[in-house]
Amino acid sequence: MLPLSLDIALSHIRSRKRQALVSVLGVAIGVGFFIALSGMMNGFQDYYRTELIESNPHIVISDEYRTPALQPLEGAEKDAVLDIKRVLPRDPVRGLANAPRIMRALDLMPGVHYAPTLSGQLLLRRAGRDYAVSALGIAPLKEERASNLVRDMNQGSLAHLAAAADGVIIGAKLAEKMQAGIGDTLAVAARGGRATLRVVGIFKTGLEQLDAGRVYVNLTKQQAMQGRARIVNQIRIRLADIRQSIPMAEMLESRFGYKAAPWEETNSRILSVFVLQNFIIYSTLTAIMLVAGFGIYNIISTVVGEKARDIAIMRSIGLPAPAIVRMFLVQGLIVGTIGALAGCVMGYFMARGLAMVPAPGATEPGQTLRVLIQGWRFVLAGGIALLIAAWAAWLPARRAARTNPLNIIRGAT
Amino acid sequence: MSVLATRNLTRHLHDGEVEFTLVEDVSVSFAEGEFAVITGPSGSGKSSLLYLLGLLDVPTSGDVLLDGESTARLPEDARAALRLRHFGFVFQFHFLLPELTVLDNVMLPMRQLARLDEAAMRSAARGVLAGLGMEDQARKLPSQLSGGQRQRVAVARALANQPRFILADEPTGSLDSRNSAAVFAMLQDLSRRGHTVIVVTHDADFAVRAGRRIKLVDGRQKPEVRIQKSEI
Repeated sequence: MLPLSLDIALSHIRSRKRQALVSVLGVAIGVGFFIALSGMMNGFQDYYRTELIESNPHIVISDEYRTPALQPLEGAEKDAVLDIKRVLPRDPVRGLANAPRIMRALDLMPGVHYAPTLSGQLLLRRAGRDYAVSALGIAPLKEERASNLVRDMNQGSLAHLAAAADGVIIGAKLAEKMQAGIGDTLAVAARGGRATLRVVGIFKTGLEQLDAGRVYVNLTKQQAMQGRARIVNQIRIRLADIRQSIPMAEMLESRFGYKAAPWEETNSRILSVFVLQNFIIYSTLTAIMLVAGFGIYNIISTVVGEKARDIAIMRSIGLPAPAIVRMFLVQGLIVGTIGALAGCVMGYFMARGLAMVPAPGATEPGQTLRVLIQGWRFVLAGGIALLIAAWAAWLPARRAARTNPLNIIRGAT
Repeated sequence: MSVLATRNLTRHLHDGEVEFTLVEDVSVSFAEGEFAVITGPSGSGKSSLLYLLGLLDVPTSGDVLLDGESTARLPEDARAALRLRHFGFVFQFHFLLPELTVLDNVMLPMRQLARLDEAAMRSAARGVLAGLGMEDQARKLPSQLSGGQRQRVAVARALANQPRFILADEPTGSLDSRNSAAVFAMLQDLSRRGHTVIVVTHDADFAVRAGRRIKLVDGRQKPEVRIQKSEI
């Protein structure tokens, strides 16, 4: 035999089937949307984050310092109060001064791949038109393991660049604009003078900015064109274990002094947008479930009002107040549980459905929305729904238990 | 030996600024197996006295003694437990739960008390119903019964836990004379079987036939009339 309060709770729900069904539906919709939409939002973020990690270096050591260099006097007199005026910063020699030493140290670290680069602007000229591009001087064989340029190569390869001192790899969009293909030569104007480059490869990332404005040349060629012999201004690092990015960056920075930024720092604005996005989506979805809670409140409240006589007689028989609270709390939880379970099923199929929708702004054909279907999402949505259901039922239940049964009995007799 | 008694029992009711006197300084006692009626004009406080006796209400001052023990200071849950074990209530309106069958209604107090297992509860409830001539109606819903039958089910529910006290508030108020007589006979029979029966009524005929009559006017007790057995 069922416990008394559960038995009576079920009889109350049976007497209001239609209203209970609507409340169940409200909870189910809330839970379903929570699962599907939060899964879609996080799926997008996850996709974006993976792309970031895959297409960007995990750590960038650049020729900058986080804090301006100390004046010699400041170093000599640590505790003194100094007022130094009219200091002009020395025009620093840009570039990593001890790049060879850093690279030798990195060579000894397991799970670390690096690629030295020198970035700088170039002006490409073809058929009488100029194209300003940002050029990266790379060491092709090191680049292979430290970035995903290899993956993005459409024609030619990094090996072709390594074999050709005056080679250049250009983006697909730029190639289209310039009507240039493999083997074509391009005239170049740069700080270090004029030169001629030969196209040895074409890459396509799907990102307009890169495909139209980025070229790769050999590091030594870039150093010559920029007039900065033996200078490296960035070392880009990829790690076997992405979770090590922050401690690794801290270690490199304290060891070599140059700013070493992990990808989390480089992309902190995007990541903070994600935090805001999550806040908005989760609070909106919780609000939907709160509205479903009103449905439960409504039905329990109605039942409490309708069953005032029954409550009075049960109290007079000797059912204590907590038994009455339990009776109505259970009703809310029954509606909440059925709703949450139905919502989980609904959310699962909604998520599967959304995952078949073509992604807007897809970079590859056949790309669909990425929707995460994860167990914890179901548990979280169901848990929130049950909490809200319990709360929505508890308010009228408490009112039912507080009512003095004599008021009802007196009124009826 | 008095099993239920009141001592200077007073109950005031506040309604905003106004204070009503429901019961004023009533001291009565009841013996085991007694059949007593409380009478008085409307608003004399007879129902209020019954609710106080049944531990449904809390006195403003004075006390209700159950087996000589004070109950006035007990918390509500303790009074609920005493009600469940020792008191059966019958009201003018039957107050049956409409969703439950007759049998389930009778079993309700038993399930809360949880002294018996399910099978024992079922047979005990059937036994009580049989004693009231209602065994054929056990599977029906209250809405399928007549007024007199419903009131008999309410009596059966009051008897479910074999309470020592049956408190009835105008039990025949909504019944015709034939059903009234049947309910009266039923209550009288219960007192003969050892239950202490206290009935609030303004049915003069009913009052005359009881063993003992307590009269209230404006919440105060009037000199009591003891009816000799020969008069019944």
